[in-house]
Amino acid sequence: MDFTGLIVILLTSVLVNNYVLSKFLGICPFLGVSKKIDQATGMGLSVIFVMLMATAATWPIQYYILEPLKLGYMQTIVFILVIAALVQLVEMILKKYVPGLHASLGVYLPLITTNCAVLGVTINNITDGYNFIESMVSSLGCGLGFLLAMVLFSGVRMRTENCDAPKSMKGLPITLIAAAIVSLSFFGFSGVIDNLFA
Amino acid sequence: MKENKMSYLLNGIIKENPVFVLVLGTCPTLATTTNVIGAFSMGIAAMVVLICSNMVISALRNIIPDKVRIPCYIVVIAGFVTVVSMIMHAYLPELYDMLGLYLALIVVNCIILGRAEMFASKHTVIESALDGFGMGVGFTLALLSMAIIREVIGNGTFMGMAIPFVENYTISIFKMAPGGFMVFGIMIALVNYFTKGRAIKKKSFGCEGCPGAAACGGNCENK
Repeated sequence: MDFTGLIVILLTSVLVNNYVLSKFLGICPFLGVSKKIDQATGMGLSVIFVMLMATAATWPIQYYILEPLKLGYMQTIVFILVIAALVQLVEMILKKYVPGLHASLGVYLPLITTNCAVLGVTINNITDGYNFIESMVSSLGCGLGFLLAMVLFSGVRMRTENCDAPKSMKGLPITLIAAAIVSLSFFGFSGVIDNLFA
Repeated sequence: MKENKMSYLLNGIIKENPVFVLVLGTCPTLATTTNVIGAFSMGIAAMVVLICSNMVISALRNIIPDKVRIPCYIVVIAGFVTVVSMIMHAYLPELYDMLGLYLALIVVNCIILGRAEMFASKHTVIESALDGFGMGVGFTLALLSMAIIREVIGNGTFMGMAIPFVENYTISIFKMAPGGFMVFGIMIALVNYFTKGRAIKKKSFGCEGCPGAAACGGNCENK
């Protein structure tokens, strides 16, 4: 197995193609749940978990069910339903058997169903033609990238909440400007990966 | 009565503009507004899905059981998204390639699910169609206004045509990711400024439309 290739996929999806800051997926939770650092961490961890589960479920469905039956056009419908059902199932299982984890992640799980980052990563893995291992690694990377962006941004956000912005900039606008600056800083990574493994 | 119907239509365009006032559907707003053509086609695609799904959901509102309504809405919406993306793939392949992933992601666009939950499940088919049309136009206009700013400043072009003079002084950051956040922030600030905060308080809307609201207890709210 090409180990370097996997590391490149992982680092690329964490830093260069960060889902939130350069592909604009999962903006709603990014803006909504990033007010406190512990909430941001909880949401980020839940997203990693769901992304891995979703990829593990949708990849075999695409290659062993949809493609042999020539049902590729059903991809969107099937994926979103599988993700929605999966999230519900995971929530029930956690509630019954791992109440501790459910208490900390449970509130975020239903929200994740409609998180475009999760559907995005599963579809992306198919369009990029990754094999199963690569897909899992790329999902892990995207999840970690999401967590990183959430945690970093919640730190930035604590400061913008306290600053004295002009009246019409208060709240969401100033948060978006701050997000622009955080996103700008991630641009610094764009050349790193290519040069590192060239 | 006629006036009433007009208000459903106009509601989405100005007073409850889904992007700048309700702040829904931020992902496509930021991602597809790097050029005017992409933004326009995204707006139209979302509008078609919005009108069709609003009508179907409103027609089925007495049949769909309350407990499983969200999965039902998602199936209806996903069906229309598939139809729209297949039509685009067949007749407008360049646009299909440009929008790519974001076309499929109309399924999880909170505007559509939000309108299904907030409006179509409580109103008649005609009213829902008008609301879908109004919201769709509001969404398209919002995307266009952002795309024009970003394409003109970032690329020096308008719908692919170079603008003399401006094209020599482009600020390319505007067409990249940070520019999206920045322009969006400035647009919302402008809307706040001109309405002097009279724009409907997001608090009373954001969570009602969000399918996860019952679970998050308002934590997801961006005040």
